[in-house]
Amino acid sequence: MATDTTTDPRDKQQTLLGADELILNMGPQHPSTHGVLRVKLKLDGERVIGSECMIGYLHRGVEKIAEHRTYQQFAPYVDRMDYVAAVSNGLGYCEAIEKLLMVEAPPRAKVIRTILTELQRIASHLLWLGTHALDIGALTPLFYCFREREEILKIFEKYCGARLTTHAFRIGGLQYEAYDTLEKDVESFCKAFEPRIKDYEDLLTQNRIWLGRTKGVGILKAEDAIAMGATGPVLRASGVKWDIRKAMPYAAYDQYKFEIPVGTTGDTYDRYLVRMEEMRQSRLICLQAIENIPTGPIMAKVGKVLKPPPGEVYHSIEAPKGELGYYVISDGTVQPYRVRIRPPSFVNLQAFDKMARGHLVADVVAIIGTLDIVLGEVDR
Amino acid sequence: MEFVKQYWAPLVCGLVIVGVLPLIVGYVVLVERKIMADMQARLGPMRVGPHGLLQPIADAVKLLIKEDIIPEDADKLVFWLAPVLSVAAALLAIAGLAIGPAFQIAKDVNIGILFVVGVSAMGIFGIVLGGWASNSHYSLIGALRSSAQLVSYETAAGMAMVCGLLFAGTLNITSIVQAQYDQGIWFGLLAPVAFFVYLVASIAETNRAPFDLPEAESELVAGYMTEFSGFRWSLYFLAEYTNMIVVASVATTLFLGGWLRPFPKTTWLSFIDFLPPLLMISVGVYCLIRTPKQPARVQQLFMLAVAGLCFAVALVLAAPVLLRTPYVNPSLAAAAKPFYEGIHGGFWFVFKVSAYIYFFMWLRFTLPRYRFDQLMRLGWHFLIPLSIINVLLIGIAMIAGQYFHLAGWSLLLTTIPASIIALIVALFILATEQKSEPQKAGGAAPDSYA
Repeated sequence: MATDTTTDPRDKQQTLLGADELILNMGPQHPSTHGVLRVKLKLDGERVIGSECMIGYLHRGVEKIAEHRTYQQFAPYVDRMDYVAAVSNGLGYCEAIEKLLMVEAPPRAKVIRTILTELQRIASHLLWLGTHALDIGALTPLFYCFREREEILKIFEKYCGARLTTHAFRIGGLQYEAYDTLEKDVESFCKAFEPRIKDYEDLLTQNRIWLGRTKGVGILKAEDAIAMGATGPVLRASGVKWDIRKAMPYAAYDQYKFEIPVGTTGDTYDRYLVRMEEMRQSRLICLQAIENIPTGPIMAKVGKVLKPPPGEVYHSIEAPKGELGYYVISDGTVQPYRVRIRPPSFVNLQAFDKMARGHLVADVVAIIGTLDIVLGEVDR
Repeated sequence: MEFVKQYWAPLVCGLVIVGVLPLIVGYVVLVERKIMADMQARLGPMRVGPHGLLQPIADAVKLLIKEDIIPEDADKLVFWLAPVLSVAAALLAIAGLAIGPAFQIAKDVNIGILFVVGVSAMGIFGIVLGGWASNSHYSLIGALRSSAQLVSYETAAGMAMVCGLLFAGTLNITSIVQAQYDQGIWFGLLAPVAFFVYLVASIAETNRAPFDLPEAESELVAGYMTEFSGFRWSLYFLAEYTNMIVVASVATTLFLGGWLRPFPKTTWLSFIDFLPPLLMISVGVYCLIRTPKQPARVQQLFMLAVAGLCFAVALVLAAPVLLRTPYVNPSLAAAAKPFYEGIHGGFWFVFKVSAYIYFFMWLRFTLPRYRFDQLMRLGWHFLIPLSIINVLLIGIAMIAGQYFHLAGWSLLLTTIPASIIALIVALFILATEQKSEPQKAGGAAPDSYA
């Protein structure tokens, strides 16, 4: 994934005054590398003429751990990958194992899963918006975003007791029944959230400085995005209408109406607009879902000890950051033979070098922000 | 003995400024944090003292006892010298400022405002040298950005100041304010475009958001200050905020009538003199109302103390005004005149400077940060042409005004058309700028240091 800065033929360009290029080491401790990303930048003055992403500072061997845990025991581990979207991670894993077991979660469980996952998408996008704006120098949106994110985390806390790494779902359905006022909480959040999005847009969308900092910065063309396997808002901002919620519906998404926002140019501004619109769409999905939560059991019939038949399965969902895929091989024992995770952040990060070349140091920060990476997921 | 007689007062004032200014700066920082917290739906510092009022002192103590780190490969002498240079320049600039007709350390310097601007610009050496001596890439880039920024924006600011000076006809700070009194109008009203240019340029000069690129924390960690810690770092901090006070004071002196109240010569508006004491009284009353709502006994006492202080200040502010009313013995009124000028002058000056700094803060919390090439383009392609054209137009307006024997408020007849033409020019520049936006995808970004 790292582009070798020394052998890339594009680097054979001259610096402006024929001076030596400056190697700037950004990270792993840097305020805006979103965790422990380390980027080696080759600079001519402030212009980036080459970059190399160095990852692995947060590697915990999640995939290897899976081979030594039972299927249920591994479920909480996936929450720690994309720790700002733990619910989505859990959903992907549970559905993958359900596919392997050839069971299906009951309708009630599916709808509640959808509600919580969409709330999680909003929370994740809010965190992205706050930090992205902070990277570009706007201090205030961060606090507004956290104010709204707090409401979502409170709903999670009421539902399962945890706020961040929730472990909200179980293989086969849900462990916890929805609490009494879940619908009301979600509804009041959604009602309050609409004007709040408008507040953020008032601060940023038409702001001259914001436009200058994001328009035309970090352009990723549709063919490049596809070639690099980028997914999620990064791909959609390039104009590719690809969303697994529509393409291969899972959970209860086939029951709800929603739009897939796409961009045109694939620059930072488009990615910003796409994510803003996605928050609105998630809000609509939540509102539709709470209208009619089916009654019935919340857990399918699965045994206490899970022994899936030998075989393999790949299941992916549309996590807030893109396609989150689980490839699980079972050898018929209680432990998976192999779990391979396809994290969206890791794949999207590939596009970094292509996007950053020719821009200034300040744009590098904007591009890292717009990729919306979470290093826990990149390094696993 | 003569020497002592002549110089003791400025010396004492100088010592007081060096001693007190850090405290003022500390509280400016606290106020900034409180305003920021207010705008961001949170409380800000609340732990040290009532409502965090002792926070600046706690911060200062922390910074003083912090370990002083000098990087191994740093140029030790320059590293030591740089923050001192920065803060010395900033403090020296204060000496030239007049807070009221009576409070000025370097009295009647005939090049007053040039001295202030020149000396405060010297502070850039501290930043450049500090960035260089740290031997760190982040610091170097920060220092480079800072120097390029100062050079670009000092030009625009200088041109904007020329407009004010054209009306004043002098560089002496006291005389500039006197000229505004004589003409009965603030120069900021006569040359609003120049005031706007100076406002923008002064934000850029003091490295404040949205032009805070030299220390852009999300890009350069802390820019030129990255390698500085403890007290050295706090010296830079002190210099930055002192510079803010300096540019705000220069703007106040030149464009906002210095220590004069609004409409200084219009006698039927003299009731404005009662506004400062009324303001203090209302603050005091508000404190009294809030007192029973405070949770702790200490906080209640504190609120009472603040209210008492407000009433005391209100009394001090009101006394000279009351003595000037026609019901009082004329000799007493004459004796009260210097007090009136000193006290009310000080109030209005501090009030205007605070408003100016509040505007700085407001911008900082609202706007994202410019990118470096955008900053340079804004400076060279927009502000500098605009300010030069504005100087020309203001000059023409003044000649026209002399021709028609206009002065004071009636001078607006010629300066308003001049400002409107300048605004049209500004819009025209912006429109052409937007058409020729050079930054395009993947293409070579314009070289910022060329």
